[in-house]
Amino acid sequence: MSDHDHDHDDHAPTREDDDLELTEGEARFLALKSLLIEGGVMTADEIRARMEFNERGSPHQAARMIARAWVDPDYKARMLADTKSAAAELGIEATEAALVTIENTPERHNMVVCTLCSCYPRSLLGEPPAFYVSKAYRSRAVREPRKVLREFGVDIPDAVDIAVHDSNADLRYVIMPMRPQGTEGMSEEELAALITRDSVVGCALPVEPA
Amino acid sequence: MSEAEPSYAVGDRVRILDIGKPGHVRTPTYIRHKVGTIERFCGMFENPEDKAYGRWGLPPIPLYRVQLKQDDIWPDYDGAPGDVLEIEIYDHWLAPAGETT
Repeated sequence: MSDHDHDHDDHAPTREDDDLELTEGEARFLALKSLLIEGGVMTADEIRARMEFNERGSPHQAARMIARAWVDPDYKARMLADTKSAAAELGIEATEAALVTIENTPERHNMVVCTLCSCYPRSLLGEPPAFYVSKAYRSRAVREPRKVLREFGVDIPDAVDIAVHDSNADLRYVIMPMRPQGTEGMSEEELAALITRDSVVGCALPVEPA
Repeated sequence: MSEAEPSYAVGDRVRILDIGKPGHVRTPTYIRHKVGTIERFCGMFENPEDKAYGRWGLPPIPLYRVQLKQDDIWPDYDGAPGDVLEIEIYDHWLAPAGETT
């Protein structure tokens, strides 16, 4: 229909299809799902809706809270004291049993890992990034955090202590980065744009203002 | 000893035990036998070691955050002397640091 040449691969997939063969976990999930539906326990739509709900969180939720904390010391105090209530103040529904905010200071940088699986504050950050779930990060973050951070491009001087938080049980962690220099006078919305997902995990620093 | 009350206060020195319990436990191997300090009492939580197998996990058990020096976890740790690790440990995986495991 056209002599347009498609050799520039515009429509090539960005990665190989990975759903041609089921993993053991996927096979088990599909079998369980079939049983729940056939047994009348849940409908396919209820299962789909729950998965959609699970993926509703996004790093913007945590960024909004931290930006508010940067401009409002009273809110910051409330967020450090009770992160779930502070989320609710901004209309964010946190489904985690317990959320804790840890503040970076000039003396201490904080980072989070779940060495046992992939515990993560999904309500405030969405689904965890692939690196967070990887065995490499989970084993190395507790063993050589400074090296891991350097690989992320974050060089913490030895004068600053590093605290690694293993999110191994019931609490979920939000790191509050320090407000960057040169952001005086920026609006809450502009500040929120500087707060990336990885900076809330402690694997990055906020974006420097232009 | 009842497990329904917190047994440790902030600042107490504690040893993380290896109680040899199989299955879904939340105390990673790398931290067992190590000594640290109670950083905070987190509250009472249903026991995940029971909940993982369809039980209720009741009564709730105390959970703490324990702070350990990295140098006390890894003999060859490469970092600053003030580097620490903080981890959540349930009451029955702890003993006063003076006691042997």
